Amino acid sequence: MTGRPAEQGTVGAIEVRRAGPRTTVQDLGRPGWAHLGVPRSGALDPAALALANRLVGNQADAAGLELTLGGCELRLTRAGTVAVTGADVDVRVDRRPGDVGRPLTVPAGAVLRIGTPRHGLRNWLAVDGGIAVAPVLGSRSTDTLAGLGPPPVRDGDLLPLGRPAGPPAPVDFTVGRPVPDELWLTLRPGPRADWFTAGAMALLLGTAYTVSPVSDRVGARLVGAALPRAVAGELPSEGVVLGAVQVPADGQPLIFLADHPTTGGYPLIGVVDDVAGLAQARPGTTVRFHGPQR
Amino acid sequence: MRIRPVGRHALLLDCDDPAQVERWWAELWRRREAGELTAAEIVPAAGTVLLDGVPDPESTAARIARWTPGPAVAATGVTTVEVPTVYDGEDLPRVAEHWRSTVPEVVHRLANTEFRVAFCGFAPGFAYLTGLPPRYAVPRLPTPRPRVPAGSVALAGPYAGIYPSASPGGWLLVGRTTLTLFDVSADPPATLTPGTRVRLVTG
Repeated sequence: MTGRPAEQGTVGAIEVRRAGPRTTVQDLGRPGWAHLGVPRSGALDPAALALANRLVGNQADAAGLELTLGGCELRLTRAGTVAVTGADVDVRVDRRPGDVGRPLTVPAGAVLRIGTPRHGLRNWLAVDGGIAVAPVLGSRSTDTLAGLGPPPVRDGDLLPLGRPAGPPAPVDFTVGRPVPDELWLTLRPGPRADWFTAGAMALLLGTAYTVSPVSDRVGARLVGAALPRAVAGELPSEGVVLGAVQVPADGQPLIFLADHPTTGGYPLIGVVDDVAGLAQARPGTTVRFHGPQR
Repeated sequence: MRIRPVGRHALLLDCDDPAQVERWWAELWRRREAGELTAAEIVPAAGTVLLDGVPDPESTAARIARWTPGPAVAATGVTTVEVPTVYDGEDLPRVAEHWRSTVPEVVHRLANTEFRVAFCGFAPGFAYLTGLPPRYAVPRLPTPRPRVPAGSVALAGPYAGIYPSASPGGWLLVGRTTLTLFDVSADPPATLTPGTRVRLVTG
């Protein structure tokens, strides 16, 4: 079993019996270091992680797990309260079925199983006390681009838990974000929309794109009409933001997600207002853009 | 300088030249320290300064337009970092060819240039160093190496840079250093922060 560096005062642990295809520790990321080349990282849907934390009585910025396509089997070494948010998925505490979006009581030694989402892609799991791996630059998030924070969760890991802070939230049920068949994203043009032809913006706003299978925490890569450039040549590196739509040489847009690099050398045609929906967009999902005024 | 909107919470200051980038970055950093500017990130780059995490970009842009950037020096204080460099990079002959010079002359020039960290990017602690005359710009390798060792000192375009950790890379390798460039337990975690003066001394 692999231990992780932990803080003082940890109380119990999560024993990872099965990590699932892609599970990482995430909190709200490490903002404030972009000028040193450190990505923001953090949960792909911060509101969903914050909700899971609230349900178990944690502060919103406590660290939890971000699951991609579920498949996790976890054992708690102490009794705890757990909440799973995000995609619609089968949750079981030992053999007992549990609900997404509700606090669940897990006895010491019980096994928590999270299946494969029926729709969507990702879940966030919070345990009272939070995951207490040692923070790096103020965050416990796994940064898959820069390699900061704990490595992705593997079978056999022992993840230390913190001391529960308060009672679980007195909620019966919360409403999850539905996963639509077609994802509509609000796009604001700029900062380098002038590097593209007028036709490029019309294509971006007027045609459907699909999410490519090579999408990850760094960015959602899209496949569709290539966006023609009006200005040839290389853009000197400049700062990029969450939700920025970058257009590399092949003309296929990429939307930057939490682990995006701090600077980039391809022009940004626009910026998407809210990327949380992309956290649930499976490969093949249709994505359409519209302007700020509909 | 022109201010471009970037989504709902960011602004890009598109500067006229790198010197203006340095002055604006310092000015914005000072203003934030003084409580006159709210921004989660102030990110200098080759020709721009990005402000991200700005609650009200429209009014912030209007205020910035009325500011005049002061001298670059006062932002975080100017320090000089000496980077002991062993000049044995395998691309030195290639650099000499581009410079129409010899390997010893390339090494002499690099060891006697005062570089400045223009900005960081690519990886945590990776600094883009300016200071070489424009005629010494070199192209990247046509095919990047799958793995460049940590501490590699390299050139690309008008910049010099040092890989803080091993990664793929297409820069031309001129030497190596054992200096730690990024340490999460240090404050600041990067050894080479924007504005820092750098000497790649023989050692």
